[in-house]
Amino acid sequence: MIALAAGAAAALYLLAVTADRRPWPGVRTASWLLGCGCLVAALTGPLTATHMDLHAHMAGHLLLGMVAPLALALARPVTLLLRVLPVGAARRVSRVLRMAPVRVLTDPFVATGLSVAGTWLLYRSGLLMAAAHSPGLHLLVSVHVLLTGWLATAAVLALEPMPHRRGVVARAVALAAGMAAHDVLAKSLYAAPPTGFSGVAAGAQLMYNGGTVVHLAVAALLWRQWYVSRDAVRTATAPA
Amino acid sequence: MTAPQPVPGSHRRLVVSGLLLGAGAMGAVDEIVFHQLLHWHHFYDRASGTAGLVSDGLLHAATWSATVAGLALLADVRRRQTFSAVRWWGAVLLGAGGFQTWDGVVDHKVLRVHQVRYGVDLTGYDLLWTGSGVLVALVGALLLWRGRTRPAR
Repeated sequence: MIALAAGAAAALYLLAVTADRRPWPGVRTASWLLGCGCLVAALTGPLTATHMDLHAHMAGHLLLGMVAPLALALARPVTLLLRVLPVGAARRVSRVLRMAPVRVLTDPFVATGLSVAGTWLLYRSGLLMAAAHSPGLHLLVSVHVLLTGWLATAAVLALEPMPHRRGVVARAVALAAGMAAHDVLAKSLYAAPPTGFSGVAAGAQLMYNGGTVVHLAVAALLWRQWYVSRDAVRTATAPA
Repeated sequence: MTAPQPVPGSHRRLVVSGLLLGAGAMGAVDEIVFHQLLHWHHFYDRASGTAGLVSDGLLHAATWSATVAGLALLADVRRRQTFSAVRWWGAVLLGAGGFQTWDGVVDHKVLRVHQVRYGVDLTGYDLLWTGSGVLVALVGALLLWRGRTRPAR
């Protein structure tokens, strides 16, 4: 089912790219396919076979909650959607995007907070154990991890058309705050491991180090985008 | 090549870039040399409480984020050709020394997050750790002050 859903997402994106006559950067398409691949790798296959091992679990969690969201956010699906929809439908979509709840949810601080709160709840309550024993709950938790991670990454990078975008410093601070919360959680798992799981020390260190790498990649992309946009601003305001 | 007009705020950006990179690099050196290579510090020493965990996480996130931000600002300053090596190095040293002093005083001694080394008398290590921080910060401040009167190169 997971593979089917990821395959459908990949097919829809490819369909949209071919439907649009204007060129669409191939790197974005590749990024979307990579994101879909991460989903499949995290939710099927060997990583899920040993579900009481925190090391394997954490590898899947990193793929699902951080790597896949980054790849999917870089693919700019909303921008693509707005390009291929007929004018009327596109206008309706952008009206939805301007609505107050969407605006609140896509604020980088709110989105990061949601992602962090969900992760803390998962690892510091009985939810981890409950999800390990119930496939349905596991799927629900996985979808939540993916969606909140995706929302947070997209809100920080702000690549899609957004009517109210925060400045680069605010977005960098939101990212750093999320990174700090992730670090603290990883160390707290090491200090006070959840009962019933093996490979806790390795899992906690993987969460800490892997989280650092992906967070830094997001920070580098964020600041690179600032550097490029500064050039555009200076060219536009420079006296002729 | 014609020199572009100095943009207002670019001197401040140069100093901010140096401070961020200095503090960030010092944090990275601390992590790589003392945690990973020497194993003097620990991933978690099982002695520090919640305050230690939180402060450690904040510090780790802040130093790495500062490094990335500092590099981006430096790239922008260089592109504007308002880079001054003296002022920039002054800011880097001030940031690095300030971080080292903070780490030595607040983290090690006040919060007791972790110590420089375990199983040895700490007095010499602490003096060297914090003293070197203060010294580097002073040299940085001196360079910044000297660079102030020089025209930007």
